[in-house]
Amino acid sequence: MYNSRKIIIGLVIFVLVAAFPFFINVGKTAQPLQLSLNTPTINQLEKKECIESADYMRANHMRMLNEWRDQVVREGNTVYTSSSGQKYEMSLENNCFQCHSNKSNFCDSCHTYSQVDPYCWDCHNGTKGAGLKQ
Amino acid sequence: MKVWFSLLAVIILALTAWVGVEILHLNTLFGIIIPYTAIAVFIGGFIIRVVRWGKSPVPFCITTTCGQQQSLPWIKQNKIENPTNTWGVIWRMVLEVTLFRSLFRNTKTEKIEDKLVFGSAQWLWFGSLVFHWSMLIILLRHLRFFLNPVPGLIIGLESLDSFLQIGVPLLYITDVLLVAALTYLFLRRVMIPNIKYISQIADYFPVLLLLGIAASGILGRYVYGVDVAAVKELTMSLVSFKPTTSTTIGTIFYIHIFLVSSLAVYFPCSKLMHAGGIFLSPTRNLANNSRIERYINPWNYEVEKHHYSEYEDEFRDKMRKVGLPLEKE
Amino acid sequence: MAKLPKKDELLQHKFDVPKTDWMDTPVEFKPGTYCYGAKAKNLEIVNFPNARDWSPEDEDWKLPEDWKGTIIEGISDYMSKYRSFRLFMDVCVRCGACADKCHFYMGTGDPKNMPVLRAELMRSIYKRYFTTSGKVFGRLAGARDLTEDVIKEWWYYFFQCTECRRCSVFCPYGIDQAEITIMGRELLNLLGLNTDWISGPVANCYIKGNHVGMEPQAIMSNIEFMIDDIETITGKRINPSFNRKGAEILFVAPSGDLFAEPGIFTCMGYLMLFEQLGLDYTMSTYASEGGNFGFFTSNEMAKRLNAKIYAEAKRLGVKWILGGECGHMWRLVNQYMDTWNGPADFLEEPISPITGTKFENAKSTKMVHITEFTADLIYHNKLKLDPSRNDHLRITYHDSCNTSRGMGLLEEPRYIINKVCNNFFEMPEETIREKTLCCGSGSGLNAGENMELRLRGGFPRANAVKYVQENHGVNVLANICALDRASFPSLMDYWVPGVEVMGVHELVANALVMDGEIERTLDLRCEPLPEKGVKSDV
Repeated sequence: MYNSRKIIIGLVIFVLVAAFPFFINVGKTAQPLQLSLNTPTINQLEKKECIESADYMRANHMRMLNEWRDQVVREGNTVYTSSSGQKYEMSLENNCFQCHSNKSNFCDSCHTYSQVDPYCWDCHNGTKGAGLKQ
Repeated sequence: MKVWFSLLAVIILALTAWVGVEILHLNTLFGIIIPYTAIAVFIGGFIIRVVRWGKSPVPFCITTTCGQQQSLPWIKQNKIENPTNTWGVIWRMVLEVTLFRSLFRNTKTEKIEDKLVFGSAQWLWFGSLVFHWSMLIILLRHLRFFLNPVPGLIIGLESLDSFLQIGVPLLYITDVLLVAALTYLFLRRVMIPNIKYISQIADYFPVLLLLGIAASGILGRYVYGVDVAAVKELTMSLVSFKPTTSTTIGTIFYIHIFLVSSLAVYFPCSKLMHAGGIFLSPTRNLANNSRIERYINPWNYEVEKHHYSEYEDEFRDKMRKVGLPLEKE
Repeated sequence: MAKLPKKDELLQHKFDVPKTDWMDTPVEFKPGTYCYGAKAKNLEIVNFPNARDWSPEDEDWKLPEDWKGTIIEGISDYMSKYRSFRLFMDVCVRCGACADKCHFYMGTGDPKNMPVLRAELMRSIYKRYFTTSGKVFGRLAGARDLTEDVIKEWWYYFFQCTECRRCSVFCPYGIDQAEITIMGRELLNLLGLNTDWISGPVANCYIKGNHVGMEPQAIMSNIEFMIDDIETITGKRINPSFNRKGAEILFVAPSGDLFAEPGIFTCMGYLMLFEQLGLDYTMSTYASEGGNFGFFTSNEMAKRLNAKIYAEAKRLGVKWILGGECGHMWRLVNQYMDTWNGPADFLEEPISPITGTKFENAKSTKMVHITEFTADLIYHNKLKLDPSRNDHLRITYHDSCNTSRGMGLLEEPRYIINKVCNNFFEMPEETIREKTLCCGSGSGLNAGENMELRLRGGFPRANAVKYVQENHGVNVLANICALDRASFPSLMDYWVPGVEVMGVHELVANALVMDGEIERTLDLRCEPLPEKGVKSDV
């Protein structure tokens, strides 16, 4: 007894499952991630630079913000010295959002893309100076 | 020796990726060509192996019965451990594949002076169950790199997996469980003398390779801070067959993906094929109904027999003497 | 038979491992743990290759010229015929769950008796000649060259496995060492390597119809002897029929039951039961063997021997077949017979002539197990029973490996025992039903020259019997297997003195109240029955 039919069905299921991402995406254009830097503040900047390099920020902003929160809330430090020696206020609202005032086209587009759901937004509104959610 | 050899092999693999990307900048090779090759080898190899098994028939109905057979109507049959129909077999296989039913039976035999003592021994069952389920959840979680938009099911799974809300990025429970289970599975191989005695490179290597994969993944996520958006751009470009490389992804990611590729290539030519093999195991996937329905052996052939007539010819006189009926007087 | 070591000497072993890797640990033929080599004349009778007289102690095993090619071709051939073989070679992860499940491992402490390692003896060769990794990496991939020493090692260890399938119950992939042992023995038989104790019975069975080699007149005189005893016990002279055409039922028992104590008591039990029922049955001197030592040589040989049962049923024109108490016989009836020698379309679906019960589970093979038959009778109150006649017995029940793990016959014998006896005690749960422990003498290992091995292999079972002896005063080990009845008496005498071995139908016949019988004062062993109302003295 060979059970060829069952084996073939099993193998088809295996291929469908194992190569599932290919089947879903084949033919689709992989949309490159679009991060909009088109905000009034950024447009006015001469040197379009964040507080650290863009690569560093992309990979590490979450750790930086987490650290800031602990520093501000627990230690009372409010000043961040960047690797180039510049000093910044450790504040999402008063610092980051000054430039990145476009949450939905900046923060969200990337977060949604890579499916991360930061709990920053549990309190912060994502607009500059708006303060915390009540 | 076998352990060190396996460890060395994993380290060499990791170093290969490090040298290849960090020093030689072979991002296309390690980010595109090798992953594509690996997945092709994995799927192709898996199919070849299963087909090779499938080409040999199961000539006899050799179910291992682990419960009461179907018998008289008033005797309760164990329809799962001793199934007579397809539904029973399906249940048996589901329990076997998802809960490792047979391994759950495990006992430990000890000899205390002149007596044998049977104790319960479910650690192996527990360890492997934790490992396999963590592995499955981690694989499913990784779908976030291959689907855009990410389906709600995966999002839900991920938030469930990180509900403890420890650290940034959030700690996945399955990461911890996977490493713990693999460590257990590795340690029992090196620490229990009998298990060590039967273990081969083919046993150490996959465990260590999996640990390497887990370690590189964890380092990338929690320590080195890999740019996940860039990773996803790469993975999405791979699965939509429009591959592009990125230079902003840290080397640890390339080590991770190279180790995964190694595993994928190694998989079909190793014992890891038990994943496919378990479904074909004739002692588990057959109903014990060979007295009810004739089971067919495709290569059943005529054999030379000693017929009654030959028997009677040889013993006719003796049979007649004791009054046994005869065909030919 | 070599002088038997003392109990404590046998139990010196620990479950530890040698310093050297198993591949570097040469096989040591310990006296008392292996059988004599197969004799030329017995192999010639069944046309097996390389028939010659040889001894395992010889340096030169007189292998045929191209023995290596034969083995490699053989492996390739069996892999193309048996999915189990290739699959089981491929998927083992060496998790070790089977390791301490084997009675031979528990009794010897020899790591090569761990099922995983016994399989590895074969797997290492498979890897070397049939997998790329083994061809390229050799020993690193767990492969090794096929040498004469490997063949000797195979012979030693594949005849230290009783094909009991206990490991298969615990294996997460259902890998069955019995399958691997079966393949190993098939391969060895291609080189004329078997044991005398197996090849002798095979030759006997082929020509004379039964393993023990009883010719028709010998069977008849043994039966005569039993009939005399039955008359002494019951006052009734019964008249069983042999080779009778036109009977409704052909009854096939293992020949051990026709041959010697304590099997003959079980046979007396069958005869008394049939007599009381007035069953229209016959037995055959040609198909006078239910068991099948052919199964311990090759699939083909097993089929050749098994063919007699259907052939005889056809010749005699019976409606269906009833089978006696035997272990591996029932693995074969359940899982092989119909496939080999069916379809049995010349028979009818079995119906009990007494109760009218249709044995649905034997619809195709048309062969019913006697405990199914008897349990049905008792359930329908067709037997008058006096269980107090077994009150001098305190009984435990040993599940045969084959009927448990190759069939699932668990409750039928228990139901019967509970109806015919008042004192029944189960052994510990890890040692019964599908987890039952082998007698250590199955699959053709019940020779005399390997008695030490049998004692060791039987030790785990004896250990469990001892437990119920100490806790419940058990003095009878009941069973439904002729090999058990042949092998347990000496094992019990050695490990658990004071425990007798009885077939279930001996107990049935003790309790069976027959029409017109004299008042019974003797049990089937012609020993005095307990006085009414007096409990056993334990």
